[in-house]
Amino acid sequence: MEALVPLLVVVPLGAAFAVVALANLPHLARRRTDDTRTALTDQPPAGHRLLSLLACAAVLANCVIALALLRTDVGRIYVGGWGPDRALGIELVCDGLAKLMVVTINFVALVSILFSWSYMRRFTKVWLFEALFLLMTGAMNGVVLAGDLFNMYVFLEIAAISSYALVAFGCEAEELEAAFKYVILGTVGSAFILVGVAILYALTGQLNMAAVAARLPLVGQTGPAVLLAAAALLGGLALKAAMVPFHAWLPDAHPSAPAPISAMLSGVLIKASGVYALARIVFNVLGPTNEYATVLMVLGAASMVIGVFLAVGQWDFKRLLAYHSISQMGYVVLAIGVAASVVAKGGDRRIAALCLFGGLFHLFNHAAFKSLLFLSSGSIEHQTGTRMLKEMGGLTRRMPVTSFCCRIGALSIAGVPPFNGFFSKLIIIIGLAMAGRPFLAALAAFVALMTLVSFVKVQRYALEGEPGGRVAGAHEAPVMICVGLILLAAVCLLAGLAMFSLRETLFGPAGDALLGAARSASEGVTP
Amino acid sequence: MGLAVYMLAFALLVVGVYGVVAKRNVIKIILGVLIIDYAVNMLLVLIGYRRNGVAPILSEGQDADAWAATSVDPLPQAMVLTSIVIGLGLAALMVALAIRLYQKYDTFDMNEIRRLKG
Repeated sequence: MEALVPLLVVVPLGAAFAVVALANLPHLARRRTDDTRTALTDQPPAGHRLLSLLACAAVLANCVIALALLRTDVGRIYVGGWGPDRALGIELVCDGLAKLMVVTINFVALVSILFSWSYMRRFTKVWLFEALFLLMTGAMNGVVLAGDLFNMYVFLEIAAISSYALVAFGCEAEELEAAFKYVILGTVGSAFILVGVAILYALTGQLNMAAVAARLPLVGQTGPAVLLAAAALLGGLALKAAMVPFHAWLPDAHPSAPAPISAMLSGVLIKASGVYALARIVFNVLGPTNEYATVLMVLGAASMVIGVFLAVGQWDFKRLLAYHSISQMGYVVLAIGVAASVVAKGGDRRIAALCLFGGLFHLFNHAAFKSLLFLSSGSIEHQTGTRMLKEMGGLTRRMPVTSFCCRIGALSIAGVPPFNGFFSKLIIIIGLAMAGRPFLAALAAFVALMTLVSFVKVQRYALEGEPGGRVAGAHEAPVMICVGLILLAAVCLLAGLAMFSLRETLFGPAGDALLGAARSASEGVTP
Repeated sequence: MGLAVYMLAFALLVVGVYGVVAKRNVIKIILGVLIIDYAVNMLLVLIGYRRNGVAPILSEGQDADAWAATSVDPLPQAMVLTSIVIGLGLAALMVALAIRLYQKYDTFDMNEIRRLKG
């Protein structure tokens, strides 16, 4: 089973380069002149459909590997002939948290690439899109599997660079502007992450996360140099996670990308390269102390509240969804921060575990319903040509499948039972209250209410009422788009009902991976 | 002396951040980002530096421990190479975006490149 883990990174990266190489083969790129259908200039060469198939197959293979790994106990994996007996090495860690993230990433990637099969037909050079998409997926798998800080940084950069290019994919003025803002802020954030990694290396002489965590108590966990490194790391990662006040790029970048990429960016990229990395660094490298817990709680609470207030006034569907991503990620970071503060104060570990369960469950749920919502916005835009809520209306009659799935997504994010968003928000609120933070719990409940208000508006304007001028001629989306939407809607419905069995297999081990290492770090035990 | 060199790297970092935050010209912002990159690279190289250290190449018959006591740290050099390559890719991407932006907006002024609201 250990041999499967590197494949999660290798398969998409290899497929990405294969797609680029094969697309330029003259045999595949040639248009069939005898076929009248392909004589239309906007049709891609027939050979390029094979490349789309290759990309789908690579992502599907990844999904299968991720699910196969879920049930097995995987040890440490050393890549490149570096063994455990060396002081240095390239290590992949596939613990509970990594497994949870890998399953989430590859599932959303699979749905997005199925969706793009039909959706991307209006763009030229779809193979470039597929190559960048695969690069991003492979790099995100690398981020969550990396066992050392520098590899994590490198994979963060690969994921980030391909996402910069994907945001600009349409090459329209607004998309280029959004991509430029994104690339500048993202690069500055990455530079600060590297500064933090460099300082930690200078202090401990190690890059491996477990080894750094073991040595940090020897150099003084709260020394000024460690705090400087932590500030650089947390600042850079908060920028990647689009936490308020580092959120300025997200509402521009996420809506500008093509819909499957919006779903990937909001659904998994900000989690893998932001929230996951924040949790990993705070719990498994720096050790959860009061200072870091306070930083996480402040970031989370601010994002949760400010994000939802910015979202309520939006009329652009995708922009509204992007602001809700900030707000919902605030929930996750807040829950993780409260868990860290419980651990730091030496409180009941079961309460910390409950907060982490809520946070990680919400992370998974957000991946499902936010990608569902972004994909349905893409489907609506594909059929009606608009993203403005006021120009829609009456979509239930014209696009029943899309509207039905969109409604499930909206009910999930708004926290209506029995959908998954209700359960994870409930667990977070209970966890906050039990951890002795009633004010934060009340704030979380208030933000849930505001989210509901905002999505009532979406329902009212987009789905109900009489069909507007643009909607009147719309039809249901192609079958591949509907398949993607239905898959995600099923997850939204079932994840809430299957909560307890999922806790056994997915979220419990993920929380233990954070808490277990936190204990060994705080007691100074060498792992 | 040791601290002063580190302060130099951080001064360079601050110059870069100033360029990104205060300048409104696309090219100057890109230059600011590149300066930040160089500052971080310099910090990485400095971390591996040892005064009067030898090149980190283990020749045949040399004792590994004795070599390790005199050579500079090779790992930050490997890291800085990776970082330079990433910086190159980013520079190319940013310049390509700047060219496309100029074609669309006919300007490099960020004050006029604001069709997106908020």
